[in-house]
Amino acid sequence: MQTSSESDNGLAIRCEGIGKHYRIGLRPRYRTLRDTISDMARAPFRMLASRGNTPARVDRDVWALRDLSLEMPHGEVLGIIGRNGSGKSTLLKILSRITRPTEGQIEIRGRVGSLIEVGAGFHPELTGRENIFLNGAILGMTRRVVDQKFDEIVEFSECGRMLDTAMKHYSSGMYVRLAFAVAAHLDTEILLVDEVLAVGDAGFQKKCLGKMGDAANQGRTVLFVSHNMLAVDSLCTRAICLHEGRVVLDGPAPSVTSRYLQTWLPAFKEVHYDNVETAPGNNVVRLHRARIRPLNRAPTDQLTVRTAFAVEFECWKLASRARLTFVADVYNEHGVNVFTTASKGDCTVSVGLLRASFIVPADLMNDGTFRICLLVSLNGHAGAEDIEWNDLLAFEIHDVASEIRGDYHGHWSGALRPNLEWRTELIESFPASGAGAQVLL
Amino acid sequence: MQPTDVAKLTIRATDKSWSLNWGEFWQHRELLYFLTWRDIKVRYKQTVLGVVWAVMQPLAIALALTVFFGRVVHMPSDNLPYPVFAYAGMVLWQFFAQALTESSNSVVANERLISKVYFPRIFVPLSAILASLLDLVVSLLVLALFLAWFHIAPSAPIVLLPFFVLPAVLTSLGAGLWLSALNVKFRDVRYTVNFLMQFWFFATPIAYPTSSVPVRLRLLFSLNPMVGIVDGFRWTLRPEGAFPAQSFTLAVFTATVLLMTGVYYFRRTEDTFADFI
Repeated sequence: MQTSSESDNGLAIRCEGIGKHYRIGLRPRYRTLRDTISDMARAPFRMLASRGNTPARVDRDVWALRDLSLEMPHGEVLGIIGRNGSGKSTLLKILSRITRPTEGQIEIRGRVGSLIEVGAGFHPELTGRENIFLNGAILGMTRRVVDQKFDEIVEFSECGRMLDTAMKHYSSGMYVRLAFAVAAHLDTEILLVDEVLAVGDAGFQKKCLGKMGDAANQGRTVLFVSHNMLAVDSLCTRAICLHEGRVVLDGPAPSVTSRYLQTWLPAFKEVHYDNVETAPGNNVVRLHRARIRPLNRAPTDQLTVRTAFAVEFECWKLASRARLTFVADVYNEHGVNVFTTASKGDCTVSVGLLRASFIVPADLMNDGTFRICLLVSLNGHAGAEDIEWNDLLAFEIHDVASEIRGDYHGHWSGALRPNLEWRTELIESFPASGAGAQVLL
Repeated sequence: MQPTDVAKLTIRATDKSWSLNWGEFWQHRELLYFLTWRDIKVRYKQTVLGVVWAVMQPLAIALALTVFFGRVVHMPSDNLPYPVFAYAGMVLWQFFAQALTESSNSVVANERLISKVYFPRIFVPLSAILASLLDLVVSLLVLALFLAWFHIAPSAPIVLLPFFVLPAVLTSLGAGLWLSALNVKFRDVRYTVNFLMQFWFFATPIAYPTSSVPVRLRLLFSLNPMVGIVDGFRWTLRPEGAFPAQSFTLAVFTATVLLMTGVYYFRRTEDTFADFI
């Protein structure tokens, strides 16, 4: 008994068998009364249908988290990794009390600050100064605390000049900097952070990462959800990997991230969804299929640095007036954005299933594990937000002998390994021996 | 960090209690202030007339009522001149209608906040109502001008005026809690609210006095809490007749029932707002 109470006191967070159940298809779209009435009207028919041995529509029920237990001692910095839809964000939302778990119990000791999105509650009509106070209050800071830290926040944000200007006149970079600056000064004992570091330019990202490191060193308990393996490795003492709502890896951060990259991530050279109603997306675009296809080879062949391959996305377009732009970001295993490519012009085709693809030529990629994030911009289509699918695809490119390597067989460094034409030519030859030496001397 | 002296929080899958967490409200009290302040600050941004709009709306409708009901139909107006009668009713009605409409839409309008940050959700509809109180204060000042213009000297009961605003606040909060929570799941609410407010307007003695309602229907009529509230409010301006005790008591009762059930429904659904919004 004594030992258990002692260990309990050392725990900041204890989750016991938590699960979160969603009815997919109902969640992304809001319900109208008509839906409920038609659901009720359909219910008896559904019962008849299931009696007739037709499979019921069970695919609409999804457990975003299932039977997850987790203990975090005070002062631990825990990284949470996993593919999109593995339950990372749901876990943070439950811990920060944005939504309630369907089952299980959680005990938290200490004040919780959650940074699931920076700048939540910023109002474009208010000035930067006003928004600092508003956002601070929303994050749970008292006015006295904001007053004390005001100068620090302003200095961190690098927006001092614009402080009394309405935020609608801010550039997106300034907006994000001010948002993070407020959030970074949250001084709760427990901090829940969701990928807020992926903001701003490289310099500011570094600054944010430093601030996170400070939080970790001050003995605060931090939960850090990220796709950036380098950040997880450098910030976290421990990491867990979620897959389909369960913990599949748990241990020291570097070993979890490397096992994740090796065994869990590469399994997704192709994803597809057959049901337009349950596929990820919104009422404008839904994902049918995404895949990596080697050109001129069997689809099952492994990719090498010498293989050209196509990246294909197939989507259902559900609104004829939407103008779509596809943007693909390719990252390597270190979280480096190797390149970004976007479909040119707007895709204005009418509704239906459409395919967007691009080809990565042979002799461009270095070997390693890569992942692709797809952003579908709706160009301000009313009633829907742009879609971002992180880690939609992941694939491995293998090394093979090639002419580029020549006689070198060691590790080939660099984010890319393009086959560039080298020309070596003589600009001026020395005159016949003897004479050349005389010229130089 | 001393783990022994920090707050302990337990989250369970089901929370059957429906009592309000007053300690938490106190902890977040500044947020209520800031949300109200934001709503006030933003409401008249980039308008030329600014807060004058708070007076324009009840004034314009009171003018229309005076022309059509006062002059054309010769509607009785108890012991007040018809323009004062109509404007006094409109001031309170405008507050109620605005508070209810704004609070019904408030939860959905603050979708990003609710799906990304935790705070007592009840602050969202509540701050919408508190922000509407500013407009009420401004239009009450104009009511004072009306009284001066029509040579109505305020008598002692005028100090009771705020007590008739309070049940209007409670009614709008009760209905606002119901509608804002329903709006998360059923966006039909947005369209229903406009319709509801028009219907409610006709069911409330703004353009006509309660005395013109047949006596046998009075009790049924007074089930609408706004009946007793508006009558009581007008009574404080010129307390010559009898105080509408029956309808006002009934109003306090129905307003309380509406508020209690509203709090209950809101409490039961707020935990999953983020899943549906």
